[in-house]
Amino acid sequence: MDLAQFLVQALNGVQYGLLLFLVASGLTLIFGIMGIINLAHGAFYMIGAYLAYWLVGLTDNLFLAILLGIPIAVAVGLVIERLLIARLYDRDHLDQVLLTYGLILILNETQKILWGSDFHGVPVPEMLAGSVPLTENQAYPVYRLFISAVCLGVAAGMWLVIARTRLGMMIRAGASNREMTSALGINIGRVFAIVFALGVALAAFSGMIGAPVSSVYPGMGDRVLIISFVVVVIGGIGSVKGAFIGALLIGLADTFGRVLVPDFASMVIYALMALVLLWRPQGLFGRAP
Amino acid sequence: MTDTTRARPSRRRFLAGAAATGAIASTGFVPTRFAIGGQAPVKVGILLPYSGTYASLGEAITNGMKMRIEQAGGTLGGRPVEYIAIDSEASPPQAPRHTKKLVIKDQVDFLVGPVHSGVALAMAKVVAGRDKPIMIIPNAGANALTRGQCARNIFRASFSNWQTCYPCGQVMADDGHKTVVTMTWKYAAGNEIMAAGTELFKEFGGAVIKDIRVPFPDVEFQAHLSEIAALKPDAVLAFFSGGGAIKFVKDYAAAGLKDSIPLYGPGFLTEGLTEGQGAAAEGIKTTLHYARTLDTPVNRMFLEAYKKAYNKEADVFAVQGFDTGSLLLQAIDATEGDTGADASPAMIEALSAAEVPDSPRGPWRMSEAHNPIMDIYLRQVEGGVNKILGVASRDLEDPATGCKLDT
Amino acid sequence: MTASPAPVLLHLIALALLAAFPWVGGEFYVDLALTLMILALFALSLDLLVGYTGLVSFGHAAFFGLAGYVLAMITPETEPVSLWAALAACLAASAAAALVIGWFSVRTSGIYFIMITLAFAQMLYYFLSESPAFGGSDGLFVNFRPVAAVGDWLLFDLDDPMVFYYFVLATLLAGYALLTTILRAPFGQVLQGIRINEGRTRALGFPTPRYKLVSFVIAGTLAGLAGFLEAVHTGYVSPGHLSWHESGIVLMVVILGGRGTLYGPVLGAFTFGLLRNGLQDVTEHWILFMGLFIVALVLFLPGGIAGLIRRAPKGGSQ
Repeated sequence: MDLAQFLVQALNGVQYGLLLFLVASGLTLIFGIMGIINLAHGAFYMIGAYLAYWLVGLTDNLFLAILLGIPIAVAVGLVIERLLIARLYDRDHLDQVLLTYGLILILNETQKILWGSDFHGVPVPEMLAGSVPLTENQAYPVYRLFISAVCLGVAAGMWLVIARTRLGMMIRAGASNREMTSALGINIGRVFAIVFALGVALAAFSGMIGAPVSSVYPGMGDRVLIISFVVVVIGGIGSVKGAFIGALLIGLADTFGRVLVPDFASMVIYALMALVLLWRPQGLFGRAP
Repeated sequence: MTDTTRARPSRRRFLAGAAATGAIASTGFVPTRFAIGGQAPVKVGILLPYSGTYASLGEAITNGMKMRIEQAGGTLGGRPVEYIAIDSEASPPQAPRHTKKLVIKDQVDFLVGPVHSGVALAMAKVVAGRDKPIMIIPNAGANALTRGQCARNIFRASFSNWQTCYPCGQVMADDGHKTVVTMTWKYAAGNEIMAAGTELFKEFGGAVIKDIRVPFPDVEFQAHLSEIAALKPDAVLAFFSGGGAIKFVKDYAAAGLKDSIPLYGPGFLTEGLTEGQGAAAEGIKTTLHYARTLDTPVNRMFLEAYKKAYNKEADVFAVQGFDTGSLLLQAIDATEGDTGADASPAMIEALSAAEVPDSPRGPWRMSEAHNPIMDIYLRQVEGGVNKILGVASRDLEDPATGCKLDT
Repeated sequence: MTASPAPVLLHLIALALLAAFPWVGGEFYVDLALTLMILALFALSLDLLVGYTGLVSFGHAAFFGLAGYVLAMITPETEPVSLWAALAACLAASAAAALVIGWFSVRTSGIYFIMITLAFAQMLYYFLSESPAFGGSDGLFVNFRPVAAVGDWLLFDLDDPMVFYYFVLATLLAGYALLTTILRAPFGQVLQGIRINEGRTRALGFPTPRYKLVSFVIAGTLAGLAGFLEAVHTGYVSPGHLSWHESGIVLMVVILGGRGTLYGPVLGAFTFGLLRNGLQDVTEHWILFMGLFIVALVLFLPGGIAGLIRRAPKGGSQ
C-alpha cells in the first residue's frame, strides 16, 4: 500500500467511524445516562429510514422530510417511555432487555404493515449529489462528506448539551445518583423522558440522513444494533467522548482490516473489542466500577 | 395492503378455487375423491420468508404461484387447493421444525420453498427419501441441491447459482476485457456465483487480479471501492442482492468508477432494483434467466396479469413462483388428481420429464438432476430497465456433478 | 433455591406429562416437545450463569452450535459414529471453548461481560460461516445418528423416535438434577454469593474469578450437550445455530421463564415455543403478537413466569 492509498483508506475509515458515531449516539445517551440496554435501538433507526422514504415521497425533499420526521420520532420516544419504560426504572436491567426485545418485534411488524417488504432507494438531495475527485480515477461522493460534517455537528451538540446546559447538569446528576437528585427537587422522571425521546430521535435521525446511502429495507435495523453496542462499550458507558473515539477506532480498524487481512475482516472489530476490554474492562473512557 | 384481490401471504389456511366443501377439515388419511363436487383439497405447503430482509421475495413467489394456479381454474387436478404457508424467517436453525410441521402435521402433498439455501438444505434433510411430499424449490440456488444433495422427490423451478453467471465470463471476454476483480459477500452463494462467472473468463485467457469478499451481510463498501480504484482492472464482476445490491451499485457510481471500470454480474444485481438504483445502474451488463423486458406474448400477458392482480410489478422471483405453479399442475395432471403415496412415482416421473413451454422466461425443461435447462439472457440497464441484448447461453444445463438419482 | 412442597408437586406433574406425552401427542407434537426439551436444557445451562452467578452471556449459542459442528465433522459420510465417542468429543469441544472464552470474559462484568461474550461468539460464527471446509454459510449435514452400543450389543436405537424422545427427556432430567446438586453444594452457594455481592464473597476468601470460570465452563458444556442433541435430532447444523439471534432467543427464554429458578427456564422454553408455534398457525402478524405478549409479560409479571408460582399463596419460599 503506497502513501496515497493509505491516505484514501484512512479517509474511508474516519468517514465510516463518524457514521458509526452518529448511528450509536442515541444509544450512548440512553445507555449511558439511563442505564437502559435498549435493544430496540436498531428498530428506531429503521423506523427513521422508513420515515425518510415515506416523507421524501410526499415532500420530494430530504431536509423537509427530516424536519417533519424528527417530531414524529420524538413523539414515538415519549409515548414508549411514558407507557412502558417508565414503569421499569426500579426493576432489574434484564427486564428492560426483555421489554426492548419485545419492542423490536412490534416495530418490525409495524414497519411491514405500514410500508410493506420491498427494497427502496431514497435519492440523494440534488445539491449534494455530486462527487469530488480524490485520486486519478476515484471520486468521493459529496453526500458522504456532508454526513461526516453532520456527525461532527451532532457530536459537538451532544457535548455542549451535556457539559454546558442546565438539562445536561440534571442529566449528569441523574445518571450518577438518582435518589439524591430527586431529593433535591429535580423531576428525574421528566429528565429521563427527555433523554429517552432524544435517544430515539437520534437513532431515527441517523436512519433518515443515512437512508440515501444505505437504502431502505426490512430488517435493516438488525445490522446497526450490534455495531452500535460495540462502539458504546469500547468507548466506555456514559462517555460521549469515549463513543466518539471508539467509533473512529472501529471505523479505522474495520477499513484497514478489510484491506490488510481480508480473511479475518469480519472478525477484526470483535477482536478489537475483546482486546480493549481485556486491557480496560470498563472501556476506554468508562469509570471504573 | 387493502386490495382484496391480492393473495396475501398468510399462515392462515384458506381455500382457493372451486368446491370448497366441508370435507376440508379432515386430517390424516385424505381420500382423494368423494362423490362429484365433494373432493378433498390438494395441500400445498409453503415455507418462504414473510418477515425480515427477504420478505419481498417470499411474497413475489407466493403471488406468482397462486396466479398460475388461478389461471388454470384455481384447482389442481380438478381438486380445490389448500395453501398452508409458514414464515421461514430465512432461518436455518428454525427450518427443520417448520418443515416437519408441514410434512408431518399437515401432511402436505407438495412442499414449496424456500428462498435461502441454508434453509433449503435443512428442508431437504427432512424431505429427501420420503414418498410424500414432492418438494419444489422456487429460488434457493445452492449448487449442491441439484448436485451432491439431489434427491428423487426434490425439484428446482429456479436456477443453480452456477447457471446465473456462467456466461458472465464469455461476456466480459467478448467485450475485450483481460483483467477482472470479483467482489461479493463472503458466503456460499457469492463464492459459487463468482467461481462460475470467472470459469470461462480464465479459459479465454483472462486473469482474475483479486477476489474481494465482503463480510455478509455488511453493506459498507467504501474500502473495497478504493482498492478497486487502485488495482485498475478492466472490469469488475460483482454479486449482491436486495438492499445490498442497491447500495453497491450506487456506491460504485458515486465513487466515480462506473465510467472507467464497467460492472458485470448475475442479473440479481439489477433485476427489479433499477428504480432504487436510479442513474447509477445505467450501462451495467448482467446475465440472468429472465428480464422484465423480454418481448414474448407469454411474458407480456404475465406482466399484465400480475400487475392487475397484485398492483405491483412482477420480478424474476414472481416468475419462479409462476413456474412452480406450472410444475404443480403438470405433476398432478399426470395422476389425474391422485396425490396418494402410490401416485408419487408417476408424479415424479412427470416432473423429471417436465417441459414448461409457457414460462414468462421462455420455454425450459427439467434436467435429469431436477434443475431447469434454460436460456440465459444478456441484459443491460438502459433508461432504467434491463434491456435484453441477446441470449448469452442457449439451453444452459448445470453440470450436476455428483448427483446420483436411482429412479 | 426452593424445596417447598408446591414446586415438588409441580415438578412431578410436569415430569409425568412429559413422560406420557409420546403416547398421546401424535408425531408432530412429540417432535415439537423434543425440540422444546432441547431448548429447555439450553436455557437451563444459561440460567446457571444469568440467574445464579450473575453473569449475563450474550454468546451462549456458540457452545450450542459448536457441539453440533463437531458431531457433523466426526460423523463419516457412510456410517454412524459411536454415541460415547461423539458425546465425549462434542462436550470436550464445548468445554474447551468455554474455558478459553471464559478465561478472558470473567475479568469483566455487567454490560461489558455481555459484549465480550458476544464478541467471541461472533468471531466463531464468522469463522464457521466463512470456512468452506466447515460447509460455509450453508452448513453441514449430520449423515447418521450416533449408535449407542457396547461392543456389538446395541443398547438402544436413537433412530427410533420413541427411544430418542426418552433419551432427550432423560438427558434433560440429568441436566436438571446436576444443576440442582451443584447449586445445593457449597460451590453453588458461593456462586449465588457472587451474584448478590461479589465484593463480599471475595472478602470472605473465595477466589471469585475462578468460581465464575468454573460456572462458565459447566454452563458451556451443558449448552454443548443441548447442541449435540439438536444436531442429532435435525441432522443439520449451520452457522445460524451460533448467531447472536439464537443467543438472544435463549436469553429471552430464561428471562421470560424466570431466572434464578431451575423450573423457570423450562417453563420459558415451553411457553415461548408453544406460543411461537401457535401464533404462526393463526395469524400472519404473529411477530406483532409475540412482541405484545413479551411486553405485557414484562409489565405485569415481574420475575417471569416462575414469578407466578413463587407468588402463589404458600407456594414460594420467599
